[in-house]
Amino acid sequence: MSVIAPETMETVYSYPQSLTEKPTHYCPGCTHGIAHRLVAEALDELGLRERTVMVAPVGCSVFAYAYFNTDACEAAHGRAPAMATGIKRVDPDNIVVTYQGDGDLAAIGSADIMHVAARGDNITTIFVNNAIYGMTGGQMAPTTLPGQKTTSSPMGRNVDMTGMPIRMSEVLATLPGSAYIVRRSLHDVKHIRKAKKAILTALKVQQAGLGFSMVELLSSCPTNWGIQPVDALQWVEEHMVPYFPLGDYKIADGVADL
Amino acid sequence: MAKGTIFINQDRCKGCTLCTTVCPKDLIEMDQETLNALGYHPALLVDPSDDCTGCTLCAVICPDVCITVYREARMRATA
Repeated sequence: MSVIAPETMETVYSYPQSLTEKPTHYCPGCTHGIAHRLVAEALDELGLRERTVMVAPVGCSVFAYAYFNTDACEAAHGRAPAMATGIKRVDPDNIVVTYQGDGDLAAIGSADIMHVAARGDNITTIFVNNAIYGMTGGQMAPTTLPGQKTTSSPMGRNVDMTGMPIRMSEVLATLPGSAYIVRRSLHDVKHIRKAKKAILTALKVQQAGLGFSMVELLSSCPTNWGIQPVDALQWVEEHMVPYFPLGDYKIADGVADL
Repeated sequence: MAKGTIFINQDRCKGCTLCTTVCPKDLIEMDQETLNALGYHPALLVDPSDDCTGCTLCAVICPDVCITVYREARMRATA
């Protein structure tokens, strides 16, 4: 839909070209929408839309291929990094981006993400961490916080039985092939802007061929957490950020010059 | 005099209210009189005295990319 700008005013913010006009199926207030928009804006700004291949995961963002106005394909659960590796190696001119949730990346796909980082394949991963399995009905994920109630941990996550949540960014930063691993949050405007800068850098790392890049985004899941969208963002800030500290975990040589 | 304004695409709005919490001038509220096709009360700009500055905060936090922001062209200094 086109909107006519008021006279004498310039448009300072409008719908990114790299998103299709299809309304998303995400719940009200879900930060997946923000994450999609940031990736799309970054692709627009770098002019990469025409040669980008998105790899959609399994999870809430399973229909990501329908929302991004780029080439895309759908991977089996957790296997997006493996598929992305193939797409990148067949044609290294492609910009290959996987978009994965925490159930996809940190649980069933943990082996795939480890080895793509170990090999240093030149792809970018957007890791949306909302501490729960969203699509399947709010079960406990490897990133669920201690004591957090989910449908499969109704008394709260018992760390004696299930261990502590996995901090994927820290784990992947120890692997030599990774070039750019950072964690950002989407809980307020300031952090959303920082997240966008990180996504831009991650894409530039891929363009420069420096190796594996990943941006972890702390996100909310108002529906499965059972709280209002505004409270969910506050919950991210109060509970998730202390356990998953924001910061840069791996900045390889050459990234700072981009 | 208005320095900016926004357009809210009410057909896409899911009524999450995030935009109402970030507006520095509290100009956005949920339109309780209207239901859109998705079944939500959409966000509405209430700006009778043209206070919107076009700061883009609402657009940056909107998860459904409903908001377009306009701002008056900046005066450029001439030498």
